[in-house]
Amino acid sequence: MSASLEFSLARVGAMTLRYSYLLRSSMPRMLEMMYWPTVQMLTWGFLQTYLLRAPGGLAGADKTTIAAGSLIGAVLLWDILLRGQQGFSFSFLEEMWSRNIANLFMSPLRPAEFVVSMMAMSLIRLLVGMVPVTILAIWFFGFNLWALGFAFAAFFAILIFFAWSVGLFVSGLLLRYGLGAESLVWSLMFVIQPLGCVYYPVAVLPSWLQPICWALPPTYVFEGLRGVLVDHALRLDLMIYGLALDAALFAVASFAFVRLLAAARRAGTLLQTGE
Amino acid sequence: MSPDTSPILRVAGVSKTYAETVAVKPLSFALPAGSVTGLLGGNGAGKTTTIGMVMGLIEPTTGTIEIFGREFLKDRYHALGRMNFESPYVDMPHRLTVRQNLTVFGRLYGVRGVADKIEELAGDLALKEFLDRPSGRLSAGQKTRVALAKALINEPELLLLDEPTASLDPDTADWVRAHLEDYRRRRNCAILLASHNMAEVERLCDRVMMLKEGSLVDDGSPAELLARYGRGNLEDVFLDVARGRGNGAAA
Repeated sequence: MSASLEFSLARVGAMTLRYSYLLRSSMPRMLEMMYWPTVQMLTWGFLQTYLLRAPGGLAGADKTTIAAGSLIGAVLLWDILLRGQQGFSFSFLEEMWSRNIANLFMSPLRPAEFVVSMMAMSLIRLLVGMVPVTILAIWFFGFNLWALGFAFAAFFAILIFFAWSVGLFVSGLLLRYGLGAESLVWSLMFVIQPLGCVYYPVAVLPSWLQPICWALPPTYVFEGLRGVLVDHALRLDLMIYGLALDAALFAVASFAFVRLLAAARRAGTLLQTGE
Repeated sequence: MSPDTSPILRVAGVSKTYAETVAVKPLSFALPAGSVTGLLGGNGAGKTTTIGMVMGLIEPTTGTIEIFGREFLKDRYHALGRMNFESPYVDMPHRLTVRQNLTVFGRLYGVRGVADKIEELAGDLALKEFLDRPSGRLSAGQKTRVALAKALINEPELLLLDEPTASLDPDTADWVRAHLEDYRRRRNCAILLASHNMAEVERLCDRVMMLKEGSLVDDGSPAELLARYGRGNLEDVFLDVARGRGNGAAA
């Protein structure tokens, strides 16, 4: 086997250890990982409560959907998507900020091992940031995301793979264009929010926009969530389409990352990782 | 049986052009084991770009680089575990302690007994008193010693050094040079050193390549260059080359 195709769990472990050292070194950062998801969950949770209690408020199907917890469920899943991508990208940004990229790319660490370590850190950050928030959602609003069982596992898988695809693509841009592309880490995923139909069904969008929505894996998750909460049925077809799209997009993002890394080597930007 | 004299690093016709700018014109050289070759030149001469190409971080526009007998650009991972580098332009994570940083790099390089190796390096490079201090809280001299420890953690057979003593006080710089000399002797390591510190090059290198505006303008041992230019030190040779005067190859 070519040396470039070798994969070492020991090197993945070394990188994960590096990020866990970093995580443990700052309590404020640990708290911040829980802070924003908690604020989001509380805001949308109280809005949901208000909509249900307001005199002359929602009626019929809208009320049924909201009462089932679609707003708070959606905001929790949205945070898994957003924090999953930012957790991935944040690990990469740490290397840029500390001017450590050259050390890594001149070490025996393969790009695939680097990527897997960032995926692992994305999961660890989600664990730290989101688990307490899902417990708070039960306490405050009686909404238990974990009770969705297999459906939650399917939603999580689709969202996290999409988050990693976006993170991988943005990391490639950072390698090629330096910290000038940093704002994409924080902003790119927000394009998905209106198109992924996080808080409303695809059907409310103009018909010309709907095919674009269906090209995004998160759309299948949020439509699936509403199906589970209102109709108590998991649409397996939606999950299969979502995962298939994920696989295709992850392949595209991996290809883009490899090409952008090659372009960075040609442009000499691996040695100049500042702005 | 005669010893293997094939070079550890062989650079053949390597050049780098960025859009319209030629950073390095076709350059060829080879580094045998145990040798120290200096790349000498002013700012923009092409030293860092040349080192960057040998490190695999910059793709050459033309030419080939062979390390440990294999084409590096096609099979970089065959070589990367056996080489290392130090540069003041590259840093290590500031919030990790020195020990944590060295542990991570030791594991990335597959070093057996990383904890013992770190203790050994800490003894050799006088790091013990700040092993558990965050790297961002070290002085420039301490940071350089830590960067050197990282560069030596896998006992490289090829060591690339870009301005290894930049911004160090004379005492620390002398100390670093002494350690590099010692390491080269003990490990028979090949070293490629980019610098514009003439005293450093004169002391450490057995061959010097003079670069100017991306071209190799002269090449030889420090003694040969001094004799060729009729000068008493490399600083005067450097000035002759930089100003296009004297009896050297470029004159």
